[in-house]
Amino acid sequence: MTDATVLVATSGRSLWSDAWRRLRRNRAAVASAVHLAVMTIACIVGPNLTGHPFTTIYEDYVRVPPSLAPYPQPDQIEPALVDTLKRARLELKSWRLDGDRIAIEATATRPIDDRVTRYLDRSSTFEEARVEARSSDGLAVTLSASVRRLLFLFGTDNTGRDLLTRTLIAGRVSLAIGLLAGLVAVVIGVLYGAISGFVGGRTDEVMMRIVDVLYSLPFIFLVIVLVVFFGRDFVLMFLAVGAVLWLDMARIVRGQTLSIKRQEYVEAARALGVTNAGILWRHVVPNTLGTVVIYMTLLVPQVIILESFLSYLGLGVQEPMTSWGVLIAQGAKNIPSANWLLIFPSLFLTTTLFALNFLGDGLRDALDPKDR
Amino acid sequence: MLRYLIRRLLTAIPTLFAIVTISFFLVRVAPGGPFNQEKGLNPTVKANLERVYHLDQPLLTQYLDYLGNVMRGDFGPSYALPDFTVADLFRVGLPVSVELGSAALILALILGTGLGTVAALNQNRAADYAVIALATAGSTVPTFVTAPLYQLLFALTWSLVPVAGWNGGGFASKVGPVLVLALPQIAIVTRLMRGSMIEALRSHHIRTARALGLSGFSVVVKHGVRGAILPIVSYAGPAAAALLTGSVIVETIFSIPGVGRYFVEAALNRDYTLVMGTVVLIALFIVVFNLIVDLLYAVIDPRVRYD
Amino acid sequence: MTELRQTGNPAQPILAFDNLAVSFATPDGPVEAVRGISVAVGEGETVAIVGESGSGKSQAMMAAMGLLAKNGRAAGSVRYRGREILGLPARDLNRIRGEKIAMIFQEPMTSLDPLYRIGDQIAEPIMAHRRLDRREARARALELLSLVGIGDPGRRLRSYPHQLSGGQRQRAMIAMALANGPEVLIADEPTTALDVTIEAQIVALLSDLQRRLGMAIVFITHNLRLVRQLAHRVYVMRAGEVVEHGLTAGIFASPQHPYTQMLLAAEPEGRKRPPPAGAPVLLEGHHISVAFHLGGGLLGGPAFVLHALDKVDIALRRGETIGVVGESGSGKSTLGRALLRLLDSEGTIRFEGRDLRALSAAEMRPLRRELQVVFQDPFGSLSPRMTVGDIVTEGLRVHAPSLSAAERDRRAVEALADVQIDPAVRNRYPHEFSGGQRQRIAIARAIILRPKVVILDEPTSALDRSVQKQIVELLRRLQEEHGLSYIFISHDLAIVRAMADRVLVMQSGRVVEAAPTEAIFTDPREPYTRELLAAALLGETRAGMA
Repeated sequence: MTDATVLVATSGRSLWSDAWRRLRRNRAAVASAVHLAVMTIACIVGPNLTGHPFTTIYEDYVRVPPSLAPYPQPDQIEPALVDTLKRARLELKSWRLDGDRIAIEATATRPIDDRVTRYLDRSSTFEEARVEARSSDGLAVTLSASVRRLLFLFGTDNTGRDLLTRTLIAGRVSLAIGLLAGLVAVVIGVLYGAISGFVGGRTDEVMMRIVDVLYSLPFIFLVIVLVVFFGRDFVLMFLAVGAVLWLDMARIVRGQTLSIKRQEYVEAARALGVTNAGILWRHVVPNTLGTVVIYMTLLVPQVIILESFLSYLGLGVQEPMTSWGVLIAQGAKNIPSANWLLIFPSLFLTTTLFALNFLGDGLRDALDPKDR
Repeated sequence: MLRYLIRRLLTAIPTLFAIVTISFFLVRVAPGGPFNQEKGLNPTVKANLERVYHLDQPLLTQYLDYLGNVMRGDFGPSYALPDFTVADLFRVGLPVSVELGSAALILALILGTGLGTVAALNQNRAADYAVIALATAGSTVPTFVTAPLYQLLFALTWSLVPVAGWNGGGFASKVGPVLVLALPQIAIVTRLMRGSMIEALRSHHIRTARALGLSGFSVVVKHGVRGAILPIVSYAGPAAAALLTGSVIVETIFSIPGVGRYFVEAALNRDYTLVMGTVVLIALFIVVFNLIVDLLYAVIDPRVRYD
Repeated sequence: MTELRQTGNPAQPILAFDNLAVSFATPDGPVEAVRGISVAVGEGETVAIVGESGSGKSQAMMAAMGLLAKNGRAAGSVRYRGREILGLPARDLNRIRGEKIAMIFQEPMTSLDPLYRIGDQIAEPIMAHRRLDRREARARALELLSLVGIGDPGRRLRSYPHQLSGGQRQRAMIAMALANGPEVLIADEPTTALDVTIEAQIVALLSDLQRRLGMAIVFITHNLRLVRQLAHRVYVMRAGEVVEHGLTAGIFASPQHPYTQMLLAAEPEGRKRPPPAGAPVLLEGHHISVAFHLGGGLLGGPAFVLHALDKVDIALRRGETIGVVGESGSGKSTLGRALLRLLDSEGTIRFEGRDLRALSAAEMRPLRRELQVVFQDPFGSLSPRMTVGDIVTEGLRVHAPSLSAAERDRRAVEALADVQIDPAVRNRYPHEFSGGQRQRIAIARAIILRPKVVILDEPTSALDRSVQKQIVELLRRLQEEHGLSYIFISHDLAIVRAMADRVLVMQSGRVVEAAPTEAIFTDPREPYTRELLAAALLGETRAGMA
């Protein structure tokens, strides 16, 4: 009946590895992590695979709906042709599709220059135009051109840009700002909270009073002023967002630090003669990390929402660069005519926020000391 | 209790003072001014305008003047909407924002505590998972997504309500804004309530109540909910302050004449007095609602004493 | 045993557990808490169920009352007057719970709803079970409060739980349980969280109430001396099974099962060998006072001063152990922390002649290796994210930074072996160890520095009796081997008697009595010391109780 029994294994399970095991059993959290990984990879490499640069404008395809079949659809060829030839001051007589090449017969009132092919090449529907034959008076011409097959899986926006590419580029921006601003907020918050809680006394009181005042300042106002002050700059914006969102983190870390400071293992360390820095580094910080990690996963979606909100108001990312907030703002203005402009970016944004939240909840369950 | 009330009101003064000061100088250090944006404004006219509004005075003088005026309850004229004073704008807009906000808040508190309790009582069962999914959705989908989606479905597809507009406060015009405002709040209150109710149901005095053979209703409502509601009360203070002072998004999307939209507009227009007015308004709401929360706390929890 | 009347007949029990099993579903698989126990309680008799933590004694009662946690499952049978109550729907069960069978719990501080007045809480079960209106129920509540001996019951009726002391709350809890005149009262460790003097009062109250009201009592406890005082019959539980049962007198006179024998022998025995005469004084405190300033600040209410320690004198010789005894709030732990300079104090503290209060934190640091400490809470005193090896060697990093990692590791192996922990486990984390093992690790952390003085702050209070005994023996052996001097802080007089040369009795921040250990136990001078002794030695000197 001795409690000094021999334990067999020699390597221990740290609380982190315990948490990791628990997290892997949480299906919602794992699915969320997979979703986030796929989303991140898609946003990073995706824009290079869609075949459309995110700034390219296809004049012939303004606000076309999403489609799995490539554009132009058969009934779109003739209007596009008429349109293009009109610009070249030609009149369409007949056209025939032969595989990917299109044969066109057109007439004009004045002799036709060979350079008319440029008009076709310049349009977003045709390319590689050639003059095949011309009448002796030069008033009729036979042209041939390839039809460009373009895929717009998510349709196009108001100016005829591919929405899929833009959504992915927007994701890059939103995720990057989310992570960077989240990091800024965490670093400021952890440092501020840990110092306030650890030093305690008057310092603590004054530092927390400052946080209180900042809390009472309307927080959107603060962001707006910061954004206006820094200029509408993509790089500086995450600083502004991060500089505002650190308040919660500071409070949480301070609370944690205060409770850890009262733990007997900190007192034991003091009795061992460990310095303040040693106590902070070996005892306080490792024991707040769990909370910090949880809070960080929940902070990133907040930052993304805030960024989208600012972009929505026109204060954030500026054209031609884009973010989910910008896209949703444009989508909201076009719901009667082009609801996909709202639906796709919203879907990307909300599923990402969902996944981040589920992952955060999963982490909380995995690291929750009450579970032990 | 009265002494506590007075002390709390007195300590609110330095907070408000700090807020006014910080925001005053923050707004002023931002580049630009109220009369810089209108291109082609004659320099003489601009100078005249600035003199009329005392913008040519040293910043410190303006600050002291402003402090004096605010203490007399005078928020000054709006620069961007020159026919109105800030007080006029609030007089018209605030009742609208308060009406929408309080409806959303009440809806959120009732639905949130209800759903949270149901989830807690069915912890880790289907009903619980359904509520969690709903709450996660509510708190993650931003307002500027739900509002246009609502318009798309209810106004454009099914034509049940007008797309936007206030229409003198007609019921059909209010449903959307209130729902959209309330949704994230419902979600947050539900999550808070679920957590604290689970905690409360695990507490020892609930076990005592069960051991004494009290009915399920008495155990859950009298001994469970009353204790579990405390975190909701603390949350409701700041939430009420935020909701009742209007939402930029909801008021813009639904074209509602509240005070929420002044916020961004005024900041962008450098409408100094209106910006400051909204800041003071919101700070006042926060102070007042925090006080109400503290008093409610004392009513619910006898351990909290304020004297 | 004459005054314990055997009124019930266990052959025709009022409450019968038959092959009851309780298991809990956990993420790591099912855990069996109770493995088929059979217990019979006769009318009007007191049955004690004794076992250490984790023996399943409380969970068996929770199962009977339908109070198991959600992941708990009960099998077998529990009958009240022949009627099966296990798995009864809540509606039917509520006609029995609180009416026929009532229960009180270990945690007097949290078992009452903090939001309602005591009177309303007592009235509630009365109104729930009988057709009484609020006024009649209140009158009955007042009666009950007088019955359980609460002073000024009229005023207490209107009090909230936080305005009552722990003992008063437990009395109020008993009043609630008795509200409907139950036939069985299940008392689940009702005195464990209370100070010894209060414990004695509550035990006296229970046996008095039983005599007057004639109900049966099921008394769940880990404390054998209470059993001897109270119970007619005893069931001994271990790891979910009943290993032995019988009449109290029989169990105490001739325990059959080795576990019962071990439990009975687990009271720490032996005495410490006295230090050599004329040993020099190592650590000396003169007029140590500590005051805590509460409230105040920028926003707080009126400040007031709590005198936690008031002019305490202490002098510890080499090789000596001083026991510091007192109830919660007596200032004994504050004294330990003040001596270690973990908190500010007034007066003088000398260690080997040097005034510690004059030293700065940096000057104090080298002295800390001579002055070590072991705390009460084996779960809170080890940093949860460090390995056992890192925890034990942390002091070496401070005081012998030049040591190589291999040398540090060798010292850790040595220290762990010294406290009988297999050194192979030094890469593990604290949460993988039991309470007793953690306390050994904490001791290893203290002795690895070869200190001269170790302050032991309730090092055994959170442990089971059998483990306490082992820790006491370990501490005595280490003291002899390493020539340590101890200040042993405890509320447990039996352990202090086995550990200390001299004893300080403390109350409200002051030393009430200071004398050699045997003098304190055989010839106490002060009334408070006598009261403490009477309460603590309940089982041995039953005269004057109940």
